[in-house]
Parts: sequence; C-alpha cells; structure tokens
Amino acid sequence: MDAFLLQLLNGLDKGGAYALIALGLTLVFGTLGVVNFAHGALFMLGAFCAVVFNRLLNIETVTIDETQTTPWGTPMEIREPYVQSMLGDFGAFLVDYSVPISIIIAIPIMLLIGVIMERGLIRHFYNRPHADQILVTFGLAIVIQEIIKHFFGANPIPQGAPDAVNGSANIGAMLGLEGFISYPWWRLIYFLFSLLCIGGVFAFLQFTTYGMVVRAGMRDRETVGLLGIDIEKRFTVVFGIAAVVAGLAGVMYTPILPPDYHMGMDFLVLSFVVVVVGGMGSLAGAVLAGFLLGILQSFASMTEVKSILPGIDQIIIYLVAVAILLILPRGLMGRKGVMED
Amino acid sequence: MFGNMTGKDWLLFIGFTIVVLTAPIWLTPLGAAYPALMQKFCIFAIFAIGFNILFGLTGYLSFGHAAFLGVGSYAGVWMFKLFSMNVVISTVFALICSGLFALVIGYISLRRSGIYFSILTLAFAQMMYNVAYSVLTPITNGETGLQLSLSDPRHLDRALGVSESIGLPRTSFFGIDISGGGMPGFYFCAVLLIICFFLSIRIFRSPFGMMLRAIKSNQMRMKYTGFNPKPYLLAAFVISGLYAGLAGALMVATDPLAGAERMQWTASGEVVLMTILGGVGTLVGPVIGATLIKYFENIFSAFNENALNVTFSFLPADIRELIVELASLFVGEGWFLTLGLVFMIVVIFLPGGIMEGVGRIKALFSRKKTQDDAAQGSVVAAE
Repeated sequence: MDAFLLQLLNGLDKGGAYALIALGLTLVFGTLGVVNFAHGALFMLGAFCAVVFNRLLNIETVTIDETQTTPWGTPMEIREPYVQSMLGDFGAFLVDYSVPISIIIAIPIMLLIGVIMERGLIRHFYNRPHADQILVTFGLAIVIQEIIKHFFGANPIPQGAPDAVNGSANIGAMLGLEGFISYPWWRLIYFLFSLLCIGGVFAFLQFTTYGMVVRAGMRDRETVGLLGIDIEKRFTVVFGIAAVVAGLAGVMYTPILPPDYHMGMDFLVLSFVVVVVGGMGSLAGAVLAGFLLGILQSFASMTEVKSILPGIDQIIIYLVAVAILLILPRGLMGRKGVMED
Repeated sequence: MFGNMTGKDWLLFIGFTIVVLTAPIWLTPLGAAYPALMQKFCIFAIFAIGFNILFGLTGYLSFGHAAFLGVGSYAGVWMFKLFSMNVVISTVFALICSGLFALVIGYISLRRSGIYFSILTLAFAQMMYNVAYSVLTPITNGETGLQLSLSDPRHLDRALGVSESIGLPRTSFFGIDISGGGMPGFYFCAVLLIICFFLSIRIFRSPFGMMLRAIKSNQMRMKYTGFNPKPYLLAAFVISGLYAGLAGALMVATDPLAGAERMQWTASGEVVLMTILGGVGTLVGPVIGATLIKYFENIFSAFNENALNVTFSFLPADIRELIVELASLFVGEGWFLTLGLVFMIVVIFLPGGIMEGVGRIKALFSRKKTQDDAAQGSVVAAE
C-alpha cells in the first residue's frame, strides 16, 4: 500500500508538468488550429526566466575581512549577494525564494514572447498545411534552443528550492497512515501549483465572457467572426496564455530538474503524446492524460515491474500512445470532428 | 522495360551520374574533396531520397525515419562481428532488418494519417531509441556504441581463411578496403547512390508513383475510383525504410561503429530538413539538400573565434570584436542555429525548397528571353 501510494505521488509532479504543457498545446491547437512544435521551447524559456532572475539576485559584492584569514594565510573574502547587503533580511528572503518569485517576472515575459511569436510567425501559418506548421515551429524551436545554449552553455544549471521547503514531507502522517512516506515538499508544491494553473485556465475559459467567446471560437470560428467579434485578437491572447502556462510550468520545475537547453524538446515529444492520448482539442483530456501518463510512468519504473518487463519504464508512454491511437482514434476525450483523419 | 522514362529523365540520370562520379574533381576548389566528407554526402543523399519517396510523393510526414537508419547500422555491425568483413553481407542483412522493421511500424502507423501518423512514427522511433539505450544494451552496447573487437568470431572469414591483418579488421568489398577515409569507400557509396537515384526516377515515373501522388492529392477520390491506398502507402513506407537502412549500412561500412544517438528524433528531423531544403517531391532536391547541409555543417563547425578573427582581421579592432561576437553565434557550436534559421526562412518563403527557387529564377529568365527572342525554346526543366 505504501509503495503504491509513493509511486502515485511520484507520478503527480511529472504528470503535472505534462498536463500543463499539454494544456497549452491543446489550447493553441483547438483555437488556432496550429500544431506548435515550439511549445517545449516555451517551457524551457520559462525555466531560464528563473535562472536569469536567480543570477541577477546573486550578483555578489566582495568585501575583504582582515580579521579572518583563510587556510592559505590571505585575508578572507566574504561574498554576499548585492541585494542582501542592500536590503538586509528582505534581500536574503528574495535570494532564498528566487524560484517562486521569478513567477512574477516570468508572466509578463512569457506573455510578451507568446504574443510576438503568434503575431510574427504563427499567424501566417493558419491556412498552411499542418506539415508546414510542424516544420516551421520545429525550426523555431531549434533556433530558440541554440540561442539559449549560446548564452547559458550546454550544462544543466541547478536551481535550489527555498530552504523552508527543501526537505521531505511525511505524507503518511498527513494522510493518517501508519508508515513513514517521505516525499519532497517541492514536488508536492509543484503538484498543487499545477492544479492551481489548470484550475485558473479552466475558470478563465468557463466563467468569463472573454473565455466564453474563445470557447465559441474553438467550436466555430467563422460564425463568431460573422457576429462581429475580432476573434483573431482573442486567439493572440490565448496563445499568450498558453505560453505563460508553459513558462510557469518551466519556472516551477527548475528545482526538480536542473534546466538545460534541450529540456524543452525532451518534454515536447512526451507532451505531444499526451495531447494525442487525451484527444486532440480536448482540454480536459489533455489534463487527464497528462496525470495518467505521469503516474503510469512512475509505476512502470518500480523495481518489481522492471524485473518482470525490463525497460518498460522507458517506453510505457509510447506504448500506451500507440495502443490508444489504434483502439480509440479520437483519444480519451476527443470530440467528434476534430482532426479525425 | 524503361518505357516510362522519357529522354529528359535519361539526360537527368546521365548528368547526375557524371556529377556524382566527378565529385572528387569539382569539389576540390570547394575544399570538400576528401573522401570521408564525400561519403557522408552520398549516404545522407540516399537517406533523403528515400525519405522523399514517402514524404514527397504521399505527403505522409514521418518523424521517425532515423530509427531505420539505426537498425541498418546495428545489423551491419553485427554481420561484421559474426560473419565477415565483406560489406555485401552486412548491407544485405541491414536491408532485410530495416525492411522488416519498416513493414511492422508502417503497418501500424499507416492506420492513421496527418499529424497522428507523424506522432505514431515519432513514438516508435523514440521507443526504439530508448530501448537501444537501456534494455537492449547486450545487442546495442548502450551508450558506448557497437564496435568491432579483436575477439569477434567472424565465422565466415575464418572458414574461408581470409588473411588476418594486425589490429582491427577493416571492411572490404571482395578484398577492396573501403573503410576509413579512402577513395574506394567513396566510389562504393557513390555507385549505390546512383543506383538509388535511378530507382527513385523509376518510382516517380511508374504507375506506382502515380498512385502515391494520387494519395497525396486526394485519398478519398482514390478510394472512390476503386483503389485501396493502404498497400501503396505501405510499399512506399517500406521502400523509404529500406533506403534509410541502406544509408545506415553504408555508415557502418565506411566507419564500423553504431550508436543509438543516430536514432534520436533530432536525427529524423535532420533528414526532414534536408528534403525540405532541397525541394520536396523533386528528384534531385533531396540530394542537393543533403549535400548542402552536410557541406555547410562541415564548414561552419570548423570555424571558431580565432578563425573568425583572422577572417575579419582587415577591420578595426572595435568593429571586429563586435562582428566576431555576432558571427560566433552562428558558427562552430552554433551551426544548428544557422540551420534552424535557414530552415525557417525556407519554409516561410520558399516552401518548395531550392528547386522551387531554381524554377522561379528559370521562369524569370525564360520570360525575359521570350520577350527578347521569341524563337528561343523554353528552358528544359530539371524535373
């Protein structure tokens, strides 16, 4: 039971990341009808927002303390982040909480990137075949990835979670169970955060007039246009939102996986599989499939499972995707008439 | 027998043969006449021609073609290890293996079309890549890659008493050493490229090719006229898988080392880039695309900051630093950035690739000519 619960929990944070990326992909596909291969790059850019913010905060001042000496006999250099010496405790707080705080700067940046991408490139591909869309966004993903690689190098850059939540939580005690189940706080936070983001997007689409128009546009773009609504503008905003969601997923994922330039591509392939399993154009399907596949992957990596079927953890997601596509061509929750061929 | 090929096609084929076989001569001024690079040109050209038969004719965009190349490579190296260093055996076995894989994967993937087909092929390729890295390590030797070793059995060579050289054995074509960067290796690849190109012309001009085009233009209509598109699609998929397998076999024939990274989906992406850059659905386009990408990869990767400083040494120091800083984004490690940019520009402005560009320029000239001299005939199209 404990082992089962632990694997379930382990799947949640990864599932959360898949769900968030797949949500954005589906949103863009459902509204704009564009297959965006550069969506993983947005996830990666979000993660690098956190890296940049952290670097900015960690610009150091060096003071030489004459009273202390290093083992080599030279005066001790005391390095202190600039913000810390300037703002005192609040500065230290900023440095410690750099990852969650960088959400604040990531939102406008990702929104801007998303809008520029849509206006500058994606817009011209609405009426081109899907193959062209895949190709041009694939090219864009390579370009973004290589620029990041040029400035930040090829190695992963570890980011720390805030000290307060750096350890592990005893989930067992929380749920009133006997055994001790340790689970990193940050992963728990990530899971809750992903639920929050997903809830936010759904609330926006479901409970606001703006969201209602967007949903109407997803159903029948032409009629909405005929009703005198500038649907293109709304779709630009939707693309921006998708970019923000992917970016935030990236920001918060940095303490779990040190970001490097190809993390976007790694997640993109899986997220595409998630979207297809969930059903092209179905938001709820994307979320469901994201968590489902994340959990499935974590169960497949249990040693008990691996001893029976070696290597299953590596391919389980793809196997499920192949099976689903062949048995349920529309995916788990795909609607009739959306990209059925 | 060759009734479907017009005189123009024969001209194209003969021209192509001459260009390929004289490559060592005309590549010399371009600084690319060394065999290892020319072998690469040929191998990737074969890969791209094969991919073009699927994507160019049927419009089915596969994102997992590198998997077949990987299968061909592994199969080839295993033949070297088990039986003989003769590349004929390894190539034939590689073709059989990649063909079987293509048959199975194609049969399953082709049940869907459009983006679903792309994702299915991608899923299969990623599966094979992951498995090659993890579980199948006894067969693929994991991250190290499959290599020859001195203790390999090589039963056939032993039985026939082929003389053992000192050190690792070298691949050969009935006694002609073709491994490493030698000219025989290049000619071996070149001849196979010419054969592949000839087959591709034949396929393009055959009724079978016509069927594939019909699938691309309107599958529904084709069904209504009483044709089942599935067997044609599967045949096209297997043929292009065989081309990829041959490319893989040639890779290990010239350098007997097979690694899983050549199965990764970025490798599949590369062949897509080559085909698009050259011109989808044209005969020579993929060859041009593959050659150009490999050529510029070679040039751009070789540049580093020092080389740039030397190149721009005629400029004043401040401007030079700025330009070198900018240019270093695009060369050396940044070669993929250049590739990505070029690729985006091609997809945006020239969806037909270089061949479309050539066609446009030709159209421009022929129009001018007809204005200048109406008697002049139209320019012979390349395809």
